Amino acid sequence: MTKIAFPQMGDYYIPATFLLSHIFPNDEIIKAPKITSKTIELGTENSPEFVCTPFKYTLGTMIECLDKGANILIQMGGGCRYGYYAELQAEILKDLGYNCQLINLVTEGSASLKRINKLLKQINPKYSKIKAMYYGFITIKMVKYMDEIDDYIRKNIGFEIEKGSFENLKEQMLITFSHINSYRNLYKAYKRYLKKFQKIKVHKPDNRLKIGIIGELYTVMEPFSNYFLEKELAKHHIEIKRFTNVHYLLFEKAHKYKKYQKYSKEYFTYSMGADASDNIARCKYLCENDYDGIIHIKSSFCTPEIGAMPIINKIANTYQKPLIFFSFDSATSETGIQTRLEAFYDMLEMRKNK
Amino acid sequence: MNRVGIPRSLFYYYYGNFWQDFFDSLNIPYILSPISNQEIVNKGIKIASDEMCLSLKNYLGHIDYLKDKCDYILVPRISNFKNSNQTCTNFWAAYDIVKNKFQNKLLHYNIDLNKGKTLKKGLYKIGKEMGKTKHQIKRAYKYALIKDKKRIKKNHIINLNKLKSDKTKILIVGHPYNLYDDMIGKDIIKYLIKNNIEVIYSDKFDPKITNPLSKKLSKDLYFKYSKDNLGSVVYSMKNINGVIFISSFPCALDSLANELAMRKIKIPYLNLVIDDSTSFTGLETRLESFLDMLGGKLND
Repeated sequence: MTKIAFPQMGDYYIPATFLLSHIFPNDEIIKAPKITSKTIELGTENSPEFVCTPFKYTLGTMIECLDKGANILIQMGGGCRYGYYAELQAEILKDLGYNCQLINLVTEGSASLKRINKLLKQINPKYSKIKAMYYGFITIKMVKYMDEIDDYIRKNIGFEIEKGSFENLKEQMLITFSHINSYRNLYKAYKRYLKKFQKIKVHKPDNRLKIGIIGELYTVMEPFSNYFLEKELAKHHIEIKRFTNVHYLLFEKAHKYKKYQKYSKEYFTYSMGADASDNIARCKYLCENDYDGIIHIKSSFCTPEIGAMPIINKIANTYQKPLIFFSFDSATSETGIQTRLEAFYDMLEMRKNK
Repeated sequence: MNRVGIPRSLFYYYYGNFWQDFFDSLNIPYILSPISNQEIVNKGIKIASDEMCLSLKNYLGHIDYLKDKCDYILVPRISNFKNSNQTCTNFWAAYDIVKNKFQNKLLHYNIDLNKGKTLKKGLYKIGKEMGKTKHQIKRAYKYALIKDKKRIKKNHIINLNKLKSDKTKILIVGHPYNLYDDMIGKDIIKYLIKNNIEVIYSDKFDPKITNPLSKKLSKDLYFKYSKDNLGSVVYSMKNINGVIFISSFPCALDSLANELAMRKIKIPYLNLVIDDSTSFTGLETRLESFLDMLGGKLND
């Protein structure tokens, strides 16, 4: 029997599990365990020395999934060297003695549906295209709704009156979402939860701090890899703006790129790979609107972002906006990050009160 | 007179001779930055952000050297060569980084074959900017192209002859901007030659032959320069005694592609990663033991 697993990122394992379990009803989907420091240790041990951190995270999760009995792994990515992860990871896992098949759905950042279709057929010959399209559509909607609700949460979680109310409700929502079986069902659940979220009482002062988070996509979206930065900021009663989410990457990026390029053409002329040029435009947007500070996060050795950093720095300098860079590695200490974040926060507070 | 500055780093090692032929034929004066030295690298490190790879830091140092010595600096942007032949994202970003870091006028062109931006179009654009007629540019381009083809052929033949040599043969795998740069890889090669080793450079093979061969090592690889490198390993595998991988820290492509090659090839290899604080003494010890190992293997 085939047991399918995939490396996880944030809460997106729920739509992914939903999709796979409906396309392959006879196969078992193995839920990747939550990322812990053990996962990273496993990944780092077996990775090349100076590869970027998402490689280590995903490799660690894969090893943990294989230990749970999985024999088919799914990986996707593109844009920078992410598209090349799969082949090397397959080789590493083979050298470690695991017998598994690694399927790379997206290479070079171009997802051709024909190719994906062919690859999925490899997993299970009984796979039906029409079914996959139907459930694929629901999954896409689910991702969209999740991203929308996440956006709302990010704006308000710092100001909740009763502690933990947002998080508890979100957990409930995720459980409901994972048991959904039709689009109608999903839409109703989404509306219901949106109302519930809007009913949660918040106290938003007018002079609240607003911070924009930009950076490398994996680090931005996987909370463990950025040491729960968003939670940390929420503790300080800060409104958070984040641009990257899966819906953006899948559907908005392609046509937004041109807009971004036009908007910040004095800073970049050509695409720099992955999200780097998007981040430059976002930085300009945050500077021109009333945001108090910008946090740029990335995993160490992320080449596209390294190229964008000097330009982002320049923009922040011209607009006189506070900007802080975080580079997360598997060996970064949490205390160090907290100290820097606190100093940054204090500085913002002082600027605001001046 | 409009003088063009050509930094002797990164792109120079792929297109330098071509540019020189092109500018010579068009009668455009140009200056080259000197061979890398400690001062240039230090300047580069100061300008660059600290996580950039050593080669890019070096490049920025060269541009800093040129900034008051010429009217234009030639900074191309190279993105892809079609058919899954991307380049490093630093090559994509180099133009924008330089544009934001320096106030100089830049001469630039874009190679992006997926969007139809070819080298030819790029050079025509440059020629026009320098006030030359279409006819002149055409002649210069053809001249440079023919010379370039001859150069590739000649290098390939030299490499083939080296493969037949009786000495211990070592294939050096790395990007030319690392191998031939005095601050990065030159010392290693000098050391090998001093020790009577036949040094074969991976980039001197004809890319048209090596590029498709890389499929034998890696199916999914889509980086042009890494493909050329791995292809050369496949191409010469049977005739060489060992492989030395040289990369600058932290090279994005090499970290994955070289690692894969090292896991798949069955000949002795050595992986050298060069940092701005790497001392040659450390490298020397490793090279020495590698050569000893090869020697021992040969005598068996």
